[in-house]
Amino acid sequence: MSSNGKNEKYVGRPVKRTEDPRLIQGLGHYVDDIRLAGELYVAFLRSPYAHARINSINTDAARNASGVVAIFTGSDIEGRVGNVPTAAALEGLKVPKYPVLALGKVFFVGQPVAAVVATSRYAARDAVDHIEVDFEPLDVVVDAEAAAQGGPVIHHDFGDNIAYVHRAGIGDVDAAFASADKIVAQKMHHQRLAPISLEPRGVLASFLPGEQQLTLWTSTQIPHLLRTQVAIMIGLPENKVRVIAPEVGGGFGSKLNVYAEEALLSFISMQLHKPVKWIETRRENMSATIHGRAQSGVAELALKNDGTILGLRYTVTADLGAYHQLLTPAIPTLTGLMLSGCYKIPAISMVCTGVFTNKMATDAYRGAGRPEATYVVERLMDIAAQELGIDPVELRRKNFPTPDEFPFATATGLFYDSGNYQAALDRALAMVDYDKLREIQKSDTAAGRLVGIGVSTYVEICALGPSAAMPAGGWESATVRIEPTGKVTVMTGASPHGQGQETSFAQITADMLGVDLNDVYVIHGDTGIVQYGIGTFGSRATAVGGTAVVYATEKLISKATKIAAHLLTTDEENVTFENGVFSGAPDDKQVTIQQVALAAHLASNLPPDTEPGLSATYFFEPKNFTFPFGAHICIVEVDRDTGDIRIKRYVAVDDCGKVINPLLVEGQVHGGIAQGLGQALFEEVVYDENGQLITGTLMDYAVPKAHQLPRYELDRTETPTDVNPLGVKGVGEAGTIGSTPAIVNAVIDALRPFGVKHIDMPLRPEKIWRVISNQ
Amino acid sequence: MKISLEINGKKHEADVEPRLLLVHFLRDVANLTGTHIGCETSLCGACTVLLDDAAIKSCTVLAVQADGCRVTTIEGLASAGELHPVQKGFWEHHGLQCGYCTPGMIMAACGLLRENLSPSEAEIREGLEGNLCRCTGYQNIVDAVESAAREMAGAVK
Repeated sequence: MSSNGKNEKYVGRPVKRTEDPRLIQGLGHYVDDIRLAGELYVAFLRSPYAHARINSINTDAARNASGVVAIFTGSDIEGRVGNVPTAAALEGLKVPKYPVLALGKVFFVGQPVAAVVATSRYAARDAVDHIEVDFEPLDVVVDAEAAAQGGPVIHHDFGDNIAYVHRAGIGDVDAAFASADKIVAQKMHHQRLAPISLEPRGVLASFLPGEQQLTLWTSTQIPHLLRTQVAIMIGLPENKVRVIAPEVGGGFGSKLNVYAEEALLSFISMQLHKPVKWIETRRENMSATIHGRAQSGVAELALKNDGTILGLRYTVTADLGAYHQLLTPAIPTLTGLMLSGCYKIPAISMVCTGVFTNKMATDAYRGAGRPEATYVVERLMDIAAQELGIDPVELRRKNFPTPDEFPFATATGLFYDSGNYQAALDRALAMVDYDKLREIQKSDTAAGRLVGIGVSTYVEICALGPSAAMPAGGWESATVRIEPTGKVTVMTGASPHGQGQETSFAQITADMLGVDLNDVYVIHGDTGIVQYGIGTFGSRATAVGGTAVVYATEKLISKATKIAAHLLTTDEENVTFENGVFSGAPDDKQVTIQQVALAAHLASNLPPDTEPGLSATYFFEPKNFTFPFGAHICIVEVDRDTGDIRIKRYVAVDDCGKVINPLLVEGQVHGGIAQGLGQALFEEVVYDENGQLITGTLMDYAVPKAHQLPRYELDRTETPTDVNPLGVKGVGEAGTIGSTPAIVNAVIDALRPFGVKHIDMPLRPEKIWRVISNQ
Repeated sequence: MKISLEINGKKHEADVEPRLLLVHFLRDVANLTGTHIGCETSLCGACTVLLDDAAIKSCTVLAVQADGCRVTTIEGLASAGELHPVQKGFWEHHGLQCGYCTPGMIMAACGLLRENLSPSEAEIREGLEGNLCRCTGYQNIVDAVESAAREMAGAVK
């Protein structure tokens, strides 16, 4: 009889989330839901100019406004709060000093200039309007490609606007292009996007002067890394800083950062000895939370007439914005790593020029450099197929590595762990009945309808990553503990914010320990409780963090087995552990894991030299990244009269290795596709020629709505990886990476009658209509 | 101004600034923090509540406008420990991830189902167009509302 009376495992089943009961009843606690007695509120005066000198700031009237407690400007805190840090380390990288409040000049619209502290939200916001700043506008740099060529310089000390030039790739690309039968080239633009987590950022800082301890509640994906950085910035010992990521309302990379407000609120609380809170408005979120993408470049592919790829070249400009946030310069380097896509390409070269502009920094947004690579490769494949007269599916198939060629070495220096790209593509083709679809398309075209079929096969780099390839450690940690009452506590260094690891990590642990799922409690996001961890980003939480849970649980079982053998008065080798029960004693006696846990805590009957308690911690260092892959097919119909795009079907076959909880995996794919589709069709951050943010509200920035999105038809193939014992690869970004080219390829396919080779995203009806009506 | 409103069946009286938003009244005066704020401009729907049975966005309603009204928030939906069918639907169908849009989305769905107890998929999608979700891609939300509609229709019969 097992301890929980079950033999069925949790892993692999669509277990309903344990997080949900609190969230569907409005009982979760996001930062703004945490209330401390006497808390004060902070509002910011932010730069209305993209580039300006600050001649003076007059805060007198604001200081006298009702409810105002204090006001801080850049000069008030100069030298007392460290600069906003960047973790990216690239050869020759120029790093401008990024003060938490502007000093002397402002460099982008939304940059914090002054902070008002008041007794209420309304009073703080009112007082901002009483601050007088004399701004002297300066020349503005908006266009990254133009800025790389010359013109006004943003950071004078550097002499130009080029932050770095990054070269990637292996092989003789020039020789590949010289020997090619066919070269296709296309200029492509990856527009700037806003991540738009539904919960904006928020910070609550509380300093206790007696204990000299700071607690910082903040909406972050990386509580431990943030603790380290904020401690350095404000000069407190790191072990006196406790960062808590409570319920976090989405991140998508935007909360994988260290922001000015996080350090500044901490500093203000230390000055005032009061809790201080700042909750970002959506307008602030659009202007002063990181953006994503923003690459523009020329991509070229060299092929033989039979479709064999010989080489790929990508010359690209990355619009970094005015300053480096945590990973700003590093994101385009991920593009360079993934330019082989899922194809055998013997020679690859990327030259990326990172350029300063008077805009908010770009940084990691879901996919972070990989969607750009996939888009470039998958668009080139379709353009090449068209120009060579080969079906786009056949061209892809011809260049796939076969399953027995893995681990597969790319000309970008990676080793893809495992893959079966044919299988995923075949499954997707079968789901849409591809050959028949092409026949129907012919008759539709003959009837004057504009129907397009878009295919995208992708591979992505996940489970970030081996520490040698990461700026601040790529491992993850877990502690598993069984309490005296038999309840199991799991502490993960990952920091889930919607992905559902409270459930999936409980599934893993419950299965291994043979206990009921409801007896496992997963704790995350509190540096005062959880051992140091890295956090949640780069589709790493389950592949790296889940693996740490597995190894910690194994360690715990190993200790429990020793104690069980002692309790059963037999040798450890005789003891077996199944469904939560240790057995193997000559007299058939058994003990449960819960009984062992109690014995471990009572500690009066333990084997000699045994440490009391039952707890194990493991730090897992992955030996490689993982490389999930898949095939997405999109079928669209374009309205001739309006240019409107209707998605008729969307099919996605993703392979993320083994699956812990299919419900969660599907959810990740759904959301990812929606964001990729948003980029393909709707979304774009727009700054005008003065560097003014035109898309400053959700009225102007088009986040997709329910009626604009299709029903997704999903399936999976399952190719395990040997990078981790769970065989999981990661799935958080797959949908975003696979979907964008599938949609654009479909629309361009639909517009074939008009001889269109490429249209830059977002494919708004107006652009399509201009193509159709030749205007 | 003195106002009195009934929130989740309980009477709340307060003296408030005329400019106080209903959502701030709910969160900061009544301490019901289940109603979230996502954009302050009535575009995201995170703050949706029922005002006299109609779904409204509480970030663009003044507390004084709600004087004398009945308000239902996410905290008032479950009764006697029993989840509302829409809440159950969201849990069953994995209709939420980060959970931030969820209270508003659930209240908007309740408002929708008050007007149409057997909506088609297209009607659900159109009906929820005032509520943004960045995590789910909406499909599971649609399925959640459909399943709630079926359960509620069954209960009516």
